[in-house]
Amino acid sequence: MTVLNVNGKQHEVDADPRTPLLYVLRNDLALNAAKFGCGLGQCGACTVLVDHNPVFSCVTPIAALEGRYIRTVEDLGSADKPGPVQRAFIEEQAAQCGYCIPGMMMRAQALLEKNAAPSDAQIREAMAPNLCRCGTQMRILRAVHRAAKLMTVELNEPREVKG
Amino acid sequence: MNAPLTSPTRRMFLATGGALVVSFALRPTASYAQGAKPPQPKLPGSLGKAPYLDAWIGIGGDGTVTVFTGKAELGQGIKTALLQCAAEELDVDPKTVTIVTADTERTANEGYTAGSHSMQDSGTAILNAAAQVRGILIELAATRLNLPAEQLQAKTGAVIANDGRSVAYKDLVTGEALHRVASAQSPLKNVKDFKIIGTPMHRVDIPGKVTGAPMYVQDMRPEGMLHARVVRPPNYGAELVAVDIASVEKLPGVIKVVRDGSFLAVAAQGEFQAIEAMNMLASIAQWRKVAQLPDQGTIHQFLTRLPSQDQVIANKGDPSQQGAHLLRASYTRPYLSHGSIGPSCALALMKGDKLTVWTHSQGVYPLRNSLADMLHMKPEQVHCIQVEGSGCYGHNAADDAAADAALIARAVPGRPIRVQWMREQEHGWEPFGSAMISNVSGAIDDQGRIVAWNYEVWSNTHSTRPGGPAGNLLAAQYLAQPFQPPEPKEIPMPEGGGDRNAIPIYAIPNERVVDHFIPQMPLRVSALRALGAYLNIFAIESFMDELAEAAKADPVDFRLKHLDDPRARDVVTKAAREFGWNKDKLPRGQGRGFAFARYKNLAAYCAIAVEVSVERETGVVRLGRVVAAVDSGQAVNPDGIRNQIEGAIVQSASWTLYEAVTFDRNEVTSVDWSRYPILRFPQAPESIAVHVINRPGEKFLGTGEAGQGPAAAAIANAIADATGARLRDLPLSADRIKQAIGV
Amino acid sequence: MLGRTLLGLAIALILAFGAFFAWQWRGELAPTSTSAHAFDPGIVTKGAQLAAIGECAVCHTRAGGKSFAGGFPVQTPFGVVYGTNITPDRDTGIGAWSEEAFRRAMREGVARDGTHLYPAFPYDHFTKLTDGDISALYAFLMTRAPVAQANRQPQLDFPLNFRIFAAGWQLLFLTKGPYRNDPSQNATWNRGAYLVEGVGHCGACHTPRNALGAERPKEAFGGGVSEGWNAPALNASSPAPVPWTADQLTAYLKTGFADQHGIASGPMHPVVANLAKASDADVRAIATYVASFIGPRNAADRQRQTEASLAFAKQRAVSVSDLARTTTGVAPADDRTAGGVLFAGACANCHRSGGGLPASRPIALALSTPVNSSDPTNLLRIIADGIHPAPGKSGPIMPGFSGALTDPQIVALADYVRAHYSRGQAWPNIAATLAAIRSNPTPAMEAP
Ligand code: FES
Ligand code: FES
Repeated sequence: MTVLNVNGKQHEVDADPRTPLLYVLRNDLALNAAKFGCGLGQCGACTVLVDHNPVFSCVTPIAALEGRYIRTVEDLGSADKPGPVQRAFIEEQAAQCGYCIPGMMMRAQALLEKNAAPSDAQIREAMAPNLCRCGTQMRILRAVHRAAKLMTVELNEPREVKG
Repeated sequence: MNAPLTSPTRRMFLATGGALVVSFALRPTASYAQGAKPPQPKLPGSLGKAPYLDAWIGIGGDGTVTVFTGKAELGQGIKTALLQCAAEELDVDPKTVTIVTADTERTANEGYTAGSHSMQDSGTAILNAAAQVRGILIELAATRLNLPAEQLQAKTGAVIANDGRSVAYKDLVTGEALHRVASAQSPLKNVKDFKIIGTPMHRVDIPGKVTGAPMYVQDMRPEGMLHARVVRPPNYGAELVAVDIASVEKLPGVIKVVRDGSFLAVAAQGEFQAIEAMNMLASIAQWRKVAQLPDQGTIHQFLTRLPSQDQVIANKGDPSQQGAHLLRASYTRPYLSHGSIGPSCALALMKGDKLTVWTHSQGVYPLRNSLADMLHMKPEQVHCIQVEGSGCYGHNAADDAAADAALIARAVPGRPIRVQWMREQEHGWEPFGSAMISNVSGAIDDQGRIVAWNYEVWSNTHSTRPGGPAGNLLAAQYLAQPFQPPEPKEIPMPEGGGDRNAIPIYAIPNERVVDHFIPQMPLRVSALRALGAYLNIFAIESFMDELAEAAKADPVDFRLKHLDDPRARDVVTKAAREFGWNKDKLPRGQGRGFAFARYKNLAAYCAIAVEVSVERETGVVRLGRVVAAVDSGQAVNPDGIRNQIEGAIVQSASWTLYEAVTFDRNEVTSVDWSRYPILRFPQAPESIAVHVINRPGEKFLGTGEAGQGPAAAAIANAIADATGARLRDLPLSADRIKQAIGV
Repeated sequence: MLGRTLLGLAIALILAFGAFFAWQWRGELAPTSTSAHAFDPGIVTKGAQLAAIGECAVCHTRAGGKSFAGGFPVQTPFGVVYGTNITPDRDTGIGAWSEEAFRRAMREGVARDGTHLYPAFPYDHFTKLTDGDISALYAFLMTRAPVAQANRQPQLDFPLNFRIFAAGWQLLFLTKGPYRNDPSQNATWNRGAYLVEGVGHCGACHTPRNALGAERPKEAFGGGVSEGWNAPALNASSPAPVPWTADQLTAYLKTGFADQHGIASGPMHPVVANLAKASDADVRAIATYVASFIGPRNAADRQRQTEASLAFAKQRAVSVSDLARTTTGVAPADDRTAGGVLFAGACANCHRSGGGLPASRPIALALSTPVNSSDPTNLLRIIADGIHPAPGKSGPIMPGFSGALTDPQIVALADYVRAHYSRGQAWPNIAATLAAIRSNPTPAMEAP
């Protein structure tokens, strides 16, 4: 049994401790957002946050994650109550097939938690590990800029700190 | 099937549950499929393929409107555009409309979702069907209220009379009210009254995609599902000699190892267990390698030496004229990978003598036929349901994954089987976009007019899609009783395959264009976004700049000088104006480039202007501003069009600057992102602005592939402007550019 | 009596200092009247090749900056010196330098205006260049695109921030004059020696330095440091499990990959990226020279060490067929240790052998130099930051694991890798080394 703190909830996971987090999120916890893209740490489709850092969940065994704070897109908001990053992606219509987008959103979230008003160059640099094949990059960049604004607006509201 | 689904299991239920009702509406289509002619006169769009109105539009007892399309959502936003068409003509709020996409038991057979055809085929059909349904509703209301139809109009889900009375649609449609054969004429709205068509609408699929709803076939997890992985051979055609299945079936979680000839797969409880079992199988399997690949360095010479089927596709005047200057050039492109971010995936369930397959295939009906053939079943026993996958950009491994799932499901009946390919498998085994070569010569007179044009293009096929016999399904070629791939055929003009867009759109008095179709395929190839048009437009539009230079003319003026079609001229002028195109020379290392094409010479018009800077010491290209103008006819969702063109430009920039499939004499070696690098954020253009020229009332022209060719040529032309070096071999890599610049 | 001695001493000191001051004094050389130069293209091409071997672009280009415009921070034990602008811009670059001034800088470490240059600019190597090669480099630089970019002042500790100390350093450690052929060796070897000792200045990183930052001639190629990485020894004490051969070195320097050693990473990545522009003959010559002193000297020992290392690597290759034999999957049975489990989940997917299509083809870890060095610095940096090819270029990708793994987990992983893939003894100081790295981070390296 490995105990994982995902999106603020404790989960007892009965999987080999070597198992990469991605498979546990998708299959054991039915969290669909993080996607399998390469399983090699090359594309970012599986990006989630661990202790506020963007992490490739496809190459991170759950053995490394006990007692750490894991977050996925499901934690950013819901279809009826989308969070700032999700709203920004909807408002900018920043998706084509959308398969890469959850990974993009988590990497953006990590960046904005560290840097509330990143420059375009800083965003491009921070997003570099994540690939998009549909060519949605321009909209994703706009969405991250917009998310930065939406977040600063919400900054007054106290953000609950989990984990 | 459309909106974010709460549970994949529910989706499965729906998918099979809803079937009966609608197959009734589809019944007639079966007979057309068997060769009978659809009723004359010809019905608009795909209506001819399923002439009953209720095959396209359903109105439920609760008043909900459902639209049925035979096309697939591939991330191009087609669902939303089709909803807009239906909602417009039916006068309902598009948010209340649901849509069912390609499903062999619920929707019309619209073939493949490809070639930027969806709006022409399905959009036209749904637009007309909806208009005719509105007409029927008004008739019914007229009888109901016994008023002349003239005094009635449809409004937000109801028919309203001038006297204020109104009847909701749901109270009008009973029984088979909509089970009528469509007529050739539709009471279409006046485009001036369009409220929904032509207005940007947020895509219906995006909220689910950004909140982790199970939107993709990869996300389906029905009760009792097993995870499966396939072990592909080490290279093309290798035969499985021996493998110790028992040792792998002992591994934790493994349910079954499936072997049929050289097809080898494993099904397990857990996904990671399936992957480790796959690795294990791969490491102990013994193969006999047969394939030898040609030398990558000389692949283009190799291809041109293969036997080809030659066809003169344009011949006018006397192309042998020399003019005042005669220029010659040769352009090449390498094999390109679709490189979907999510490897292909499919689910299959064998229940009794019925196989159900959930697939992100672009053509569920053709796939059904090939699966039936492979499994020796009747097509009616196979039910293919399209569920969205990662963007595919053409014929990637989607159908192959479906075949894998089907074979495993047959071996493990009663359990839903989920197969997802590994990254190395997707990159190594998907059918690539063909390598191509084109030779062009052009003559200009002393007025700077093109007087003669000769163009020849060499290519493999651009379609080895499934459809008939199973031979185009990868797994089928490796079974104990293997299926041979059918002899590939060139896609005929006017659309063309390797010769798509090979005929210049410009007014040229003397021209000759020859297509050399090469049937023999050293590497597995098929349809990749824009097919041959990517190279042909790259070549023609690069060469136009070379001719313009020889004529000492500005590239934009030079193009306009040879363009008669007013819509083409509008697009070119619009892009140039919005970009701020001018003739003053930029500082060394900076350049601007322009290119234009009408996709297939019959679909969307697209012109693109690009500015670049080139680092002289390294040849590294930075993309600056990009401005595009596009005319897709009647624009349904302008933001959808912008999204598609932006995407096409970025993807084409990646193809053009960085990409080539690599291989040694044994195997494909570009099997992951480390050896098939694509564009990342820091390399994306500084900005892209897309200007949509709406043509209310004109035909839908589609958009998906319009940007690919012009983007490539505009970049090449900008690099030539920045460096003085003309590069004609794709990709325009930093090393090649540096080499061309010299020290 | 005593007074007189003191007086004498004082006078002697003053005289000595005066003499030194006079000795170190260099006048300003007149600026050239124009920056418009005509050069024979053949000479420029030759210069380009030498500049590639000399890696000029590396220290004279800041990350994301214009080539040769300077700004790259060179870390020294005494502070940071920034590569200068060597584009032909008249005001901020060397556009006003005559060839004489350029030659003086290369030979004597003195700028056109007479100031002494800090030895971070390796004139102790460049002094060995022939006049012809210096002219070629001058021709190459003078034909670059001029970039107006002001130089950054060095940030050195007192008192080294006084340039006169550079002069003192030169008095002590600079032996001027071109390279002299060794008649006992063939032409290729001599060409290689000339390039390595001269323009290539390999010793600048691969030779340990003394307290004053000068290379220790007696320990030539005994291993040094560069940008927080260890530059492995290239002499008899080379840590490479399989002794380097001229062929392996040629492949490594030309392509950045040698199948018995692995890939160039860290500061070596841009080096090989530049060497790709050098002529095959020159790279081969460099390899020939280095191969003549790297690893065990006696052929029998080399043979023995090669066989032993390859055998060990084969035995330790992560084989997925271990699955069948062990409960822990890809890691052998003895490795239910924290490190072993982490390895199996995070690393084995790529660092395994056998099966299916080739993945990124990482080398057998047991052959890797970082794993087999006496110190874990390079391995830790690779685990933490990963390996990233230049944008748009093909090349191995390894994700960095900082963030995914905690520092204690990285330590456990490195410890496991060392124990499992090296015959050297366990590293005693992994945690401390990682802590030191954390306090001095360098960005993941990318080629220029
Ligand atoms: S799926 Fe994890 S990085 Fe590609
Ligand atoms: S939106 Fe399709 S991969 Fe990014």
